[in-house]
Amino acid sequence: MFSLLGERAFGRTVPICPDCEIRTISEGVATAMDHDTLLIKKGTYKEFNILIDKPLTLLGQGYPIVDGEEKGEIIRIVSDHVTIDGLFIINVGTSYTTDYAAIRVVKSEHFLIQNVVLERLFFGIYLEKSNHGKIFHNKIIGDAVDEYNSGNGIQLWYSHNVEVERNIVQGVRDGIYLEFSDNVTIKGNTSTKNLRYGLHFMFSNDDVYTGNTFEENGAGVAVMFSKRIKMIKNTFRNNWGTASYGMLLKEINDAEIVNNVFEENTIGINIEGSNRITYDNNDFVANGWAIKVLGACYANTFTRNNFLYNSFDISYNSKMNDNKFDQNYWSDYTGYDLDKDGIGDIPYRPVKLFSYIVNRTPETIVLLRSLFMDIIDFSEKVSPVFTPDNLMDANPLIQRSHDTH
Amino acid sequence: MLKILKYSFFDLIRSRWSYVYFLFYLLLGFVLLFLNNDVSKAVITLMNIIIVLVPLIGTIFGVMYYYNSKEFTELLLAQPIRRSSIFLGQYFGVAGSQTMSLVLGLGIPFVMYGLFKSDAIFDFSLLLVTGAFLTLIFTALSFNIALSNENKIKGFGYAVLLWLFLAVIYDGLFLMSLIIFKEYPLDTFSLAATMFNPIDLSRILILLELDISALLGYTGAVFKKFFGTQTGLIISIVMLVIWTAIPLWWLTYKAKRKDF
Repeated sequence: MFSLLGERAFGRTVPICPDCEIRTISEGVATAMDHDTLLIKKGTYKEFNILIDKPLTLLGQGYPIVDGEEKGEIIRIVSDHVTIDGLFIINVGTSYTTDYAAIRVVKSEHFLIQNVVLERLFFGIYLEKSNHGKIFHNKIIGDAVDEYNSGNGIQLWYSHNVEVERNIVQGVRDGIYLEFSDNVTIKGNTSTKNLRYGLHFMFSNDDVYTGNTFEENGAGVAVMFSKRIKMIKNTFRNNWGTASYGMLLKEINDAEIVNNVFEENTIGINIEGSNRITYDNNDFVANGWAIKVLGACYANTFTRNNFLYNSFDISYNSKMNDNKFDQNYWSDYTGYDLDKDGIGDIPYRPVKLFSYIVNRTPETIVLLRSLFMDIIDFSEKVSPVFTPDNLMDANPLIQRSHDTH
Repeated sequence: MLKILKYSFFDLIRSRWSYVYFLFYLLLGFVLLFLNNDVSKAVITLMNIIIVLVPLIGTIFGVMYYYNSKEFTELLLAQPIRRSSIFLGQYFGVAGSQTMSLVLGLGIPFVMYGLFKSDAIFDFSLLLVTGAFLTLIFTALSFNIALSNENKIKGFGYAVLLWLFLAVIYDGLFLMSLIIFKEYPLDTFSLAATMFNPIDLSRILILLELDISALLGYTGAVFKKFFGTQTGLIISIVMLVIWTAIPLWWLTYKAKRKDF
């Protein structure tokens, strides 16, 4: 009796393997008591619609394969305190009416999903109104071809206070997708080669994302309709394509964009209707446009950034400017520093005449790098006529503000 | 024709200007690589120089050589040699020696800085091919100008004007027309307009091979198709060949009919 109670307090360990007493995960879940650990041994388990309705730990040993055979959803968690660890889940069903996911968490808290590998999936890990959980060190490898019949790697919907850490997501529609999810931390993830966005934010406030890498995504990273987002030390690289950018900001207010690297993107940051954003200490390296500002963007500050070898540093579509550029390093700056205080003596105007012309008549881009354009850019630099005359960095740095990250 | 070609070629190779030209490119290549130390970045910088300088030097060399060797040409004309052989021989001598200076002058530093180990080798060879085409085209154009102008000063003037027009003024007019007609669909027009100027054509051809072509494809479907696929590359190269062939054909046609 006492021994039974003791086991109850810590939870039993129930082994599952193809030739054990319990052969399937569903059976294991059904027979298990609260707080048990299901030790799933190496093997293949052809199962789907596994419903976890009590606090359990599913621990895979030697990466057991859970094969959904494309019949639908594989694991659905509807209980608090569930841990899923070390499974290899493949073949999630594709549907045009239901978002089948490899692992779906519904209205549950304190979940932990870690060391899971997902392949041939539709949606990967889908959190639905589930708070205070952690998604840690998973690997999601999709093979998406078209946007209309593919799903997202990690999706958060009305899920607050979740940590998404050190995951690798590639080849899905959106790598990580957040909708109506506040106070989420996204840290150290790698999201590459996704069809649409590496990371996609919608209506999610007070989120932090740090140390992530976004590479070669169809359209880069999109942050839309959100407030007080912190983006720190991320890398946005190699989003080359006719409609690609490193990051798209749309209707974002009061964000902080610090210490990021934007390298070799068609557009580094595309900004639309975003206000009071601090851009500090970022590197913009070899982009087509480092920053493209469209529509009403007010009271943004750009300080101590390095703008290195971009075809166009800044593009503006209006003559009005309410944003502040101060103490950035511009590789195109040709001024001098006679008093040796490290700050150029003449201001730098980051909007070239050519970028102004291209904005108005996009076809003129065929004249990129022609001698004529260099000549008129030079004359505009000497006496600005078309570009906003208050758009300038009054204190351009002579040396890079920091070593490239 | 081969004999005349050989004569012109070696005559030029012995001359000081070929060496100056060769050394200029050699120095340029070394300095660029020394400052950049990155072969693929140096290729981009080099593009700006090649599409402006090569045509200018081609034009001036062509005109100069034609006028300088005029007496020799007249001597040859008295011999039983076909006129086309005389002029084409001289033309290929001039163009060939220039191309050699260009290829060797830029090739040596790049090879020494490890071109074969870098992935920029295709871009670089394309750059050299474009440079060679520009030399051929502008030497041919300048021969034509010299042939139809007895007056040296006039000939020089026209030749420099031609370069100025194609390198700078053409783009200005092009830009103006794009801005004036911006209400209309312009992508086909702007692609066509680049085809009619060998300098623009070379610029586009090199840009096509760089990452930056994604920037160009951004504008619309026509651009995307042209810049995003092999179509653009093929069309541009074919156009460069046509640009070389037409002035050459015109040169032989004129030479046959000219009364010396």
